[in-house]
Amino acid sequence: MQLIFEKSVPGRRAVRFDALDVPEAGLPETLRRREAAALPEAAEIDVVRHFTHLSKRNFGIDSHFYPLGSCTMKYNPKVAEVVAALPGFAQLHPRLANAPEYEDAVQGAYALIYGLEALLAEIGGMRAASIQPIAGAHGELTGALLMAAYHRDRGNAHKDTVLVPDSAHGTNPASAVIAGFHVVEVPSCAKGFVDFEAMKAALGDHVAGVMLTCPNTHGMFEPEVREIARIAHEKDALLYYDGANLNAIVGQCRPGDLGFDVMHFNLHKTFATPHGGGGPGSGPVGVGERLLPYLPGPRVVKREDRYTLDTPEKSIGRVAAFFGNFLIAVRAYAYLRYYGGDGLRGMSRDAVLNANYVQARLEKAYQPAFDGRCMHECVFTGARQAEKGVRAMDIAKALLDRGFHAPTVYFPLTVKECLMIEPTETESKETLDAFCDAMLEIASLVDRDPDALHAAPVTTPVGRLDEVKAAKDLDCACR
Amino acid sequence: MSWVPHTDADRAAMLAVIGVDSTDALFEAIPPEARLQSWNVPPGLSEMRVRALLGELAARNDTGRVSFLGGGYYDHYIPAAVDALQGRSEFYTAYTPYQPECSQGTLQAIYEYQSVICRLTDMDFANASLYDGGTAVFEAATMAARVTGRRRVVCHPSLSPTWRAMLDTHTAHLDFEVIDGDDPAGAACVIAQNPSFLGDVVDFEPLAARCREAGALFVLSVYPVSLGLIKTPGEMGADIAVAEGQSLGLPLGFGGPYLGILATRKAHVRKMPGRIAGVTGDAQGRRGFVLTLQAREQHIRRAKATSNICTNQALCALRALIHLCLLGKEGLREVAVACHSKAEYLKSKLAFARVLNEHPTFNEFVVRLPRDAREVVARLRGVGYHAGLPLACVGRGEANDLLIAVTEKRTRAELDAFVAALEEVACS
Repeated sequence: MQLIFEKSVPGRRAVRFDALDVPEAGLPETLRRREAAALPEAAEIDVVRHFTHLSKRNFGIDSHFYPLGSCTMKYNPKVAEVVAALPGFAQLHPRLANAPEYEDAVQGAYALIYGLEALLAEIGGMRAASIQPIAGAHGELTGALLMAAYHRDRGNAHKDTVLVPDSAHGTNPASAVIAGFHVVEVPSCAKGFVDFEAMKAALGDHVAGVMLTCPNTHGMFEPEVREIARIAHEKDALLYYDGANLNAIVGQCRPGDLGFDVMHFNLHKTFATPHGGGGPGSGPVGVGERLLPYLPGPRVVKREDRYTLDTPEKSIGRVAAFFGNFLIAVRAYAYLRYYGGDGLRGMSRDAVLNANYVQARLEKAYQPAFDGRCMHECVFTGARQAEKGVRAMDIAKALLDRGFHAPTVYFPLTVKECLMIEPTETESKETLDAFCDAMLEIASLVDRDPDALHAAPVTTPVGRLDEVKAAKDLDCACR
Repeated sequence: MSWVPHTDADRAAMLAVIGVDSTDALFEAIPPEARLQSWNVPPGLSEMRVRALLGELAARNDTGRVSFLGGGYYDHYIPAAVDALQGRSEFYTAYTPYQPECSQGTLQAIYEYQSVICRLTDMDFANASLYDGGTAVFEAATMAARVTGRRRVVCHPSLSPTWRAMLDTHTAHLDFEVIDGDDPAGAACVIAQNPSFLGDVVDFEPLAARCREAGALFVLSVYPVSLGLIKTPGEMGADIAVAEGQSLGLPLGFGGPYLGILATRKAHVRKMPGRIAGVTGDAQGRRGFVLTLQAREQHIRRAKATSNICTNQALCALRALIHLCLLGKEGLREVAVACHSKAEYLKSKLAFARVLNEHPTFNEFVVRLPRDAREVVARLRGVGYHAGLPLACVGRGEANDLLIAVTEKRTRAELDAFVAALEEVACS
């Protein structure tokens, strides 16, 4: 398909503006750009057709089952889009938050932020939450900065290390490093849990914090999580909950009750705000008692029946210019109010039911990476298929031809030829059955016709793409 | 309430396949003593009630005033086609293009976005997006540290105090020295902003040259719409251009989601944070797009990655791309001329106040009023205006200083009426 630049016709216009109703002003020659930016010149219909055609070259949740493990690709409700577009939210200028004289103009927004932060804190079993962090990894960074501020405040200069399981998302170590920590990786055991003995051995006085994902990326609930919290707290180390997999436990148990001191939420996973092709997400942090004084500020607080701003005593400062991705928070708030307490408890139950159903249907054809039932996602190793020359990537591409997005493949790094399937609760039994049928058919082709799998995908706009060439010939902009 | 499709019969059939009696059995891994007994989450509401509730909250926000607020975030016109195209669910319900063959729409759009950013800024490479203008400043600072091996970051006084504060938060535990000034000696970078937070437009070419001589990078934060008119970061010799992309078709949205723009020169591309799309082909020779240079990123390099960024602002970048395509080469220039001309017109009418800017300005400037700016904005709100940002509220200037921004949306009649209202309130 052509680039929009290749469709450009000199002189063609889309949007037009009012004639200038004031005298035209000019800047000195030395401050002006030499020539106009070479933006496309196109009529509105050219632009609309171009992007409509581009959209058709995508899979999305609305058109396809999208079982990317660890990404929680659940249905994104339309009502959330409608309320986020309300002019009272969408057209609200953020600088209104900078002057107390404008506070009357933003009371609705403050009420929503206050209400959402309270709901998130309740769901996490935390004392308070902040919606400032802009994405999940930004929430992790904020959490790590909170841990660093806590230890600096207590004079714990020797606490310079964060422990991270080898099954963790790459953002965990990358975020901890920006908060000034060394990262030590803790191995997993054969059952798919963090190796408790190794964790205990690693948890010395120099440890500032432990970052855990629970259920972990193997889809397993960490059985020793409360014990890990206990020994971490004995050493004045803090326990961080990576909320990537929160969907499995919402309303069943709470990170705060398990002993976690700080956590982030992925509103774009657990609370169904759209993933947007790679953002915008939203990664609020929740904190327990220990980290409460350090929360990012300013925060929305309630004084009698008015909302205003206040900054916690030892705040780490602003991680966002205002209130993070506010319009994403609006969507999540709508979602939470729709579901309510009972709805949310049912949500996690059906998410876990769906994952176990897929595991049960596939476990004869594909080797589960670990024994036992899973939580919200099931993880298989394609090692058996790989011995016959069919890689996890081949299975992923064959699924595309059968009308399904692929699972996450080759992550976590702890599982060979990993296939990580997270169906989410919003998929029906019929959809899961169709997907499982496709997986079983692919498994049968491993023996019968492996070349057909190597050739996949053949139904997509392009076949397998040469990634080595992309990096070697580096063409990242049409100039 | 629920968006789950299951009936009880579906659940029973699925539990039978799993081989358990009830869903409770699937949660046995959670220690019984840790199970939640009760919580304080209100009961669910129907979709109709949710809309009413959110509608009431939205109605308690006041967006109906004639606005002169700016400070890095501007009320520009957004063509209807931007919303219509972004609303295609093939874009907004997709995720990061991990499987490129079924994500060519997103990937080509990222490539085209990178291209328009390079054309707008006169830089060689742009990434697929960062979170916002403030985090882009932080990412540019750490990138400059990687390139130069130095740890000092110098913030020019032109930089937004909001983004300056975010830089402090983000670097608090890195071994960085973040200082104010413009001396590039020994620095990883000098970070300036054009137009400045107070609206001044400056040619930073001499500062860029001084940075080059001192072995520091020059980072320039720009206001994308101003580049319809103003000398570009590339022309000034910047090594890294960053921007808050909100002005490119994103609603004000009380602070987000916005768009962090980052572009650089060819020499530094491998030190750049964030995702990058590149061109390649398939076995049949068809052109296609993939995420490339991924070995810099957290999912591969983990603790040694160039950044922790994963999910970014892809949909906002798509909006910016569509917005720029609809404006086109001439439209962007027209918008910039309108913003500048209307601001100059307003400035010329404010004889009762002193304009403090010593340089030319684009669409924003500071006036010193005869009385406290906070009192003035409070009173003007009562007669239909969001008159601007009192500078003292962001720790700049004096109590009587007001930062005023004008976009193409303001008409001459609105400007004339505002002048009269401001004079009456400020001088009475």
